[in-house]
Amino acid sequence: MSTVRNQGVPDQEHALHLLRQMLRVRRLEEKCIELYSAAKIRGFLHVYIGEEAVAAGVMETLAPDDAVVATYREHGHALLRGVSAGAILAEMYGHAEGCCRGRGGSMHLFDADTRFYGGNAIVAGGLPLAVGLALADRMAGRQRVTVCFFGEGAVAEGEFHESMNLAALWQLPVLFCCENNLYAMGTALGRSESQTDIALKAAGYEISAWAVDGMDVLAVEEAARRAVDAVRSGGGPHFLELRTYRFRAHSMFDPELYREKTEVSRWMERDPISLLQGTMQAAGQLPEDTWATLTADVDAEISTAVGFAENGTPEPVSELMRFVYSDRAEHTGAGDGAGKEGAAG
Amino acid sequence: MKTTYREAMRAALRDAMQRDERVFLMGEDVGRYGGSFAVSLGLLEEFGPERIRDTPLSESGFVGAGIGAALGGMRPVVEIMTVNFSLLALDQIINNAATLLHMSGGQFNVPIVIRMTTGAGRQLGAQHSHSLEGWYAHIPGLRILAPATLADARGMLWTALQDPDPVLIFEHGSLYNVAGELDDDAGAVEIDKAAVVRSGDGLTLITYGGTLPMVLEAAEQLAAEGIEADVIDLRTLRPLDEHTILDSVARTHRAVVVDEGWRSGSISAEIAARICEQAFFDLDAPVERVCSLEVPVPYAKHLEQAALPSVERVVAAARRAVGTNG
Repeated sequence: MSTVRNQGVPDQEHALHLLRQMLRVRRLEEKCIELYSAAKIRGFLHVYIGEEAVAAGVMETLAPDDAVVATYREHGHALLRGVSAGAILAEMYGHAEGCCRGRGGSMHLFDADTRFYGGNAIVAGGLPLAVGLALADRMAGRQRVTVCFFGEGAVAEGEFHESMNLAALWQLPVLFCCENNLYAMGTALGRSESQTDIALKAAGYEISAWAVDGMDVLAVEEAARRAVDAVRSGGGPHFLELRTYRFRAHSMFDPELYREKTEVSRWMERDPISLLQGTMQAAGQLPEDTWATLTADVDAEISTAVGFAENGTPEPVSELMRFVYSDRAEHTGAGDGAGKEGAAG
Repeated sequence: MKTTYREAMRAALRDAMQRDERVFLMGEDVGRYGGSFAVSLGLLEEFGPERIRDTPLSESGFVGAGIGAALGGMRPVVEIMTVNFSLLALDQIINNAATLLHMSGGQFNVPIVIRMTTGAGRQLGAQHSHSLEGWYAHIPGLRILAPATLADARGMLWTALQDPDPVLIFEHGSLYNVAGELDDDAGAVEIDKAAVVRSGDGLTLITYGGTLPMVLEAAEQLAAEGIEADVIDLRTLRPLDEHTILDSVARTHRAVVVDEGWRSGSISAEIAARICEQAFFDLDAPVERVCSLEVPVPYAKHLEQAALPSVERVVAAARRAVGTNG
């Protein structure tokens, strides 16, 4: 294992794109916090602020028919995979226009069009799914990649180990992306793991694994591209430990008693957005007006999305029992009403 | 043709694999060992290790992988040795398989079939002997099947594989060696309706799976006493076909539910409650239940048998229901 760090000056247009992607996530979530505080959206809200480089760097390397599995801190993944900010916000509003018609909420975003398979609120629960999606591709002879994002808290779960073993044993085309932000809710990595080098754990399963500076989007993208290419060309599962940090609390209910403010501010000095901004400015790639245009564009996108969500329609209660079972008529033409069981009970 | 429950299951698997190349079987020892109950014996040679896929002992991992494969367009059949072991995969079954369609607003089907053995009676001790299918029947989003007959052992799998939603099939361990005649052209069966497998106006005996043979034997004894019973094989525990139950109770006015699960919070509790909710004024006697005693199933034969429903207990409950018990 080596730690991947970025070197060199990026291509301006591409760097600007990455900057925009990270900023879109940042602004969307800042808006979520605002809407949450205004009680427009409810439930648990876990924001990704500080970790944007991970989703931005990895998503960049995927093809449209690859699959993505994520956790409950997945607004950024969904957005950068191609789900519109409007559909994400409308979902949090519980509106019919939401990407899951109000059934999922913040923690359970799904989108078939972009092969975005959640949105899983059970820590490590998505890992076996990713293994299975990859297995399906392998068995069908498709050159697709499944990327699975999960936090370092998942590493303590049995499903992590079962999934590593299966993926390696069967040499499946899956890229595991461990977002190591050092805290599982309030439990620091060192207080939950005997071995805190997560890439080393993956390597123990004979999986190619690297630790990556997760605050540096260029480093993330470079490592992800290398890994995705290897997975796609039949190299079996790969693993990235993305060393990152969340600047905000675990959720809106978290008083953050478990870490010092000085630690947070120290990490904020490596804010992934500021970091790329700095790199670009130093290379003369980010004139003042370019930045101004970029932020204005992103603000406009988010503002439009809020308007879309705000003006959406609540999913009707008459639709409550849909999607518990499939409408079999749509699948088999049988139409025997088997899916209506709940309506009677 | 003469066959066994085990052979009927195997024929169903072979048939499914031949019909649809997306179908594959995955589980512990399904390949080289031939299946822990020999259901898949010989299929590895026929279909190869990609489609008859041995897994490590990691229920959550391979059940979850099955769910992922179903999401990815395959039609996995996942075998778990016993329902007790399926508890290691509860997260995947309940938090993923049962919820993904709904949470995704109808975008993602999970067309997986999960097969497992259930039930006691073979002196295997508590960790191989429980009947937890009633628990699974609690979960919206799952379809719960319990084939009790050769025809259902042969036919339910194919229908289950056509279902776009997750289906769990519970095979009672005591049924595998049951032999009998099955039509040569036996094939897919519907999985929505309970079956009235014996008719009578004296009372309704309701059961499913491994206790069906016992209940039929009890019905024979009762008939000898002049009590003719309707015997209902539920076949599907969820969605529950309550119409067949209620129609029968409306005729017989008496019901005994036989369930190898524990009484507290069991499927028999659900059935008794529905009869009370919807057919209370049809009843001439309280609904009776014959369940396992509320004890982890013990090893010693006499203790195990004492814990389980028996012909004698079914007959006694039926007599109480019809008021011939003195």
